[in-house]
Amino acid sequence: MLRFVFRRLLQLIPILLGLSILLFAWVRALPGGPAQALLGERATPEAVEQIEAQLGLDRPLWEQYVQFLGRAVRLDFGASLQTGQPVIEEMARRFPATIELAIAALLIAVTVGIPLGYLAARRYGTWLDSVLVSASLLGVTVPIFFLAYLLKLVFAVQLGWLPTAGRSDPRARAEHPTGFYVLDGIVTGDPAASWDALTHLILPAVALASIPLAVIVRMTRASVLTVLHEDHVRTAEAKGLLAGTIVRHHVLRNAMLPVTTVIGLQMGVLLAGAVLTETVFAFSGVGKFMADGIVQRDFPTIQGFILVIAVSYVLVNMIVDIVYGLLDPRVRVS
Amino acid sequence: MSTPEQVAATRPTGGDEAIGSPRPTRGLRSDALRRLRRNPMAVVGFTLILIFVGVAVFAPWIAPYSPKDNSWLSEVRPGAYPGPSAEHWLGIDPLGRDVFSRLVYGARQSLLIGVVSLAVGATVGVGIGLLAGAFGGWVDTVVMRLVDIMLSVPGLLFAIAIAAMLGQSLTSVMIAIAVVNIPIFARLLRGEMLGQRAADYVLAARSLGISRAGIVFRHVLPNSFTPVIVQGTLTLALAIVEAAGLAFLGLSGSDPSAPEWGRMLTDAQVALTSAPQLALYPGLAIVLAALGFTLLGESLREALDPKLRR
Amino acid sequence: MRVYGRFGRIIALSATAGLLAAAAGCSGSDSTEDGDRKTFVFGASDDPKTLDPAYVSDGESFRVIFQVYETLVALKPGTTEVVPSLATDWTVSDDGLTYTFNLAKGVTFHDGEAFNATAVCYNFDRWYNFKGAQQNGDISYYWQTIFGGFATRDSDSAPESSRYASCEATEDSVATLRLTQPSSALLSGLVLPAFSIASPKAIEEGGTDITVTGDSIAYSGGFGTKVVAGTGPFKFVSWDRGERLILDANENYREGRPQLDQVIFRPIADATARMQALQAGEIDAYEGVAAADIEAVKNVGQVVERPAFNVGYVGMNQKVPLLQNRKIREAIAYALNREGLLKAAYPEGAEVANQFLPPSQWGYNSAITGYSYDPERARQLVAESGETNLTVEFWYPANVSRPYMPNPQAVYESFAADLEKVGFTVVPKTVPWTPDYLQSIQADGKGQLFLLGWSGDYADPDNFVGTFFRETTAQFNLTDPGIQGLLNRALAETDQATRQKQYEEVNQLIFDYIPGVPFVHNRPLLALGKNVVGYQPSPVSLEYFKIVNIEG
Repeated sequence: MLRFVFRRLLQLIPILLGLSILLFAWVRALPGGPAQALLGERATPEAVEQIEAQLGLDRPLWEQYVQFLGRAVRLDFGASLQTGQPVIEEMARRFPATIELAIAALLIAVTVGIPLGYLAARRYGTWLDSVLVSASLLGVTVPIFFLAYLLKLVFAVQLGWLPTAGRSDPRARAEHPTGFYVLDGIVTGDPAASWDALTHLILPAVALASIPLAVIVRMTRASVLTVLHEDHVRTAEAKGLLAGTIVRHHVLRNAMLPVTTVIGLQMGVLLAGAVLTETVFAFSGVGKFMADGIVQRDFPTIQGFILVIAVSYVLVNMIVDIVYGLLDPRVRVS
Repeated sequence: MSTPEQVAATRPTGGDEAIGSPRPTRGLRSDALRRLRRNPMAVVGFTLILIFVGVAVFAPWIAPYSPKDNSWLSEVRPGAYPGPSAEHWLGIDPLGRDVFSRLVYGARQSLLIGVVSLAVGATVGVGIGLLAGAFGGWVDTVVMRLVDIMLSVPGLLFAIAIAAMLGQSLTSVMIAIAVVNIPIFARLLRGEMLGQRAADYVLAARSLGISRAGIVFRHVLPNSFTPVIVQGTLTLALAIVEAAGLAFLGLSGSDPSAPEWGRMLTDAQVALTSAPQLALYPGLAIVLAALGFTLLGESLREALDPKLRR
Repeated sequence: MRVYGRFGRIIALSATAGLLAAAAGCSGSDSTEDGDRKTFVFGASDDPKTLDPAYVSDGESFRVIFQVYETLVALKPGTTEVVPSLATDWTVSDDGLTYTFNLAKGVTFHDGEAFNATAVCYNFDRWYNFKGAQQNGDISYYWQTIFGGFATRDSDSAPESSRYASCEATEDSVATLRLTQPSSALLSGLVLPAFSIASPKAIEEGGTDITVTGDSIAYSGGFGTKVVAGTGPFKFVSWDRGERLILDANENYREGRPQLDQVIFRPIADATARMQALQAGEIDAYEGVAAADIEAVKNVGQVVERPAFNVGYVGMNQKVPLLQNRKIREAIAYALNREGLLKAAYPEGAEVANQFLPPSQWGYNSAITGYSYDPERARQLVAESGETNLTVEFWYPANVSRPYMPNPQAVYESFAADLEKVGFTVVPKTVPWTPDYLQSIQADGKGQLFLLGWSGDYADPDNFVGTFFRETTAQFNLTDPGIQGLLNRALAETDQATRQKQYEEVNQLIFDYIPGVPFVHNRPLLALGKNVVGYQPSPVSLEYFKIVNIEG
């Protein structure tokens, strides 16, 4: 197991190097270049030149890259051009928000998706199957920002059940030691704050859950179907085992394998979806900040955030693979 | 953007179909077609696609007005946009144009984005996958590391980054979506080919002394193509939705007057309170078009899966 | 057992989903505020950059700074009239070089330090002695606009000379400001929040460093982000970026404690989202009401408008051969259906513009009328022009909303359709507002036809027409000696009556030349909750929350 983890970590190195070159090249390929990003409404060519000299943008490219890499290793990504604050601080501020949102969305997708997918598989070929599958496919085909707006219009504006924007009630004063607002309420002994944070989480999480939900329904259904056709299940049936036992013992266990993988891969999807959902709900997480950052050429932010996202993506998939190995001994052997 | 998981979807099933026969897919394909026709999801999907393509192709004959004609500007007041009437079936938009005509012409742009980005993404992706799958060895390693790098950045962010770099135009949107799809197709085809290469019939062919190229092009490739077709159908749907997402973030064609569903949906958010129908029409259009391709793609996948044959 | 356990977990997860669903059903407005505190929540479009007044020039930073700090002189609420503030009165020497300010007595900063002439001069000297990156045109924009350069000139882009000579604490409550050359705009300029007087102790304790690290500039000093102390009606409490910035009432405010107990700034970037937050009662006010939302806002609150102190225009770059043809410029002026666009997409208070000065600014020439919508005439002028290639690029900014142009894309679409009707072929060009658009138009002069505008910083005509045309700017490339000569003479003129005539005259010259088509003087709208009283909209967007109250 340790050797497996070590090998996976080694694989991270070429990915990170390649990505850092890509990111570095991307910033330099932007029209206008980085210097203008620093200057607001009243930029003059002289000011641009001056900034370029200050930033060392007039030095040779490889030198700039080596410096960039050296700082990146020390987690020094410079300061965000949007806020003038160190990128590392922006990460500490925004990653908890998006992680909280993504976990909530995944939780919704899994708890709703697995039972639905299982149900569809058991009723394979019936109208219920078709309805369940089609309905879950809607999740992938509705533009997520449109869904977010509709949810907000109905549940927040018309019905007034849930808040429209942000992560917490603006009028409330709560402490945020960890940055995970739901957790913070528990840590600081302020359950009202946790509840408040939870209500702010629901609508964006439901909107965000729509995409992984569809995938999880389809995957659960497909893998349960496959397993149902496999020999050991047929054998079990032939042996006259009770339906319920078969389900628990064989079908669901084996069906969980691909689903676990999907959940790992969904991280990227959730992050991408978060860009749109966070914008609609003014949810101050990673997604919104990065989307703005890309449009506004906030390249220190983009470089830092994408590197961190890529590392965590690879790490999450590594963990998924380990879990996969625990669930399925065959993988460990090969 | 939810495409990497389809790669995973094929992972546990790939490779063990059609063992032994040199032309194993013909029987499977006709069988698949038969099952497809019996699947209501496939029929609905196919009908939706037919309508969508029909509207796109015959837009000038269907739409009563030019999509850019703003002759009805004087009838518009802020927040008060004339609703459906005999002359304007879906009313007038905030800039004095016929909503129905814009919706009809919008189908063209969406179809164009979908087809072009699919064609580019799939062609390049398949080429890369072919390279890796056919040669194996260090070529495979290098190519797949590159694919890993591309896949480690969330698709939408990747697309935004490319679109931001290329500037505001329809071409850059199509390229952005295509590039995001390249690693997906590459990985898919390569995985399939690796599976096929290990299959018994390939081993048999090799022992008969058939050349490596011959095996790859005559046997491995055709048999690996089925999931690519399925993925392609789904990618068309995703491209339409992705284009809408990019439009929402301000990245779409350079001419805002040119009707495009994602942009119409985004622009309508401004008047969401006073005229929600303006968002509803393009929103529904996107959902239905994308649903058509998704339903067909999913049914296709299922029909082609030999394990689900009863 | 293990397998069974896993199945059990699924059930547990399902139960969680049920809980979430239940939460959706019964949460309601579960706020933890205590009802006694009067809270005013303002829905801002973004966080401030920093609360160090000297380093910013953007509206969201100014809005907060304006409540926390005060300047020597201020504006009468809702006007551009200069009135006493931290300076109770002042005298100006005959040569216009010495300003003597008598300061308010018994005032303390939020950190307990005494406000006096030494503190005032500390601030002026700090600004004058800016070095290195602080001399960046973006960071100390307003100092450079009003006072020019610095003690030492560290960058080529900084102005060469400074109007600032010295500041002296002649008595504990008398500050004497000396200039090197007279400036008619000095007092109007000093009302800007950029000239806020901050506690010297806070500045020194917090630190005001700007660091250039590798690729970027950071406000690394703690002053303005962690340590904030002015003399204003509200004092800084905390700042949770992206969520909220909290101010509390200053109990010791020199004019008496404000009526509000606390002010909260909530950043919500999207205008529709701000409106929905107002509808849901999460915020009490926001800026930038879309014309289409006016009715919806009125259903839950009030809409107030700022006086029109801006201009939006279609610029024409004189570098472009086609646009050097006056007949073409005139044709464009007649082709644009400005009235139609304003009626359909702007709030009712928006006026069709025919010159680059807003009507409320002295120097406006009320005798000018013309270039009304006339596509027939435009077609005729195009025919007379002798031009055969009528292809022209039309630039508009993406992803931005400006006071004079809430929705640039809509303006573009409408005008482009107008131009195509009279025979032009319009090529759309669009890039994000910052950094590309302003860079392309204002610095690189890449625009042909382009949408831009201006919101007045202070009440002087030079702030409008002087900015555009006094020198040859990249955006217009106008090199007309008549217009430029007159603008330069008017700036140096000290007699008010003569100056006014000169600006009226220059407006006629510009109107005849047509370097662009002004199309709107907009009245930007603010939304307020039903129970908000006392909010006084300002033409220069500087609004006092100290006179705001929440009723009921």
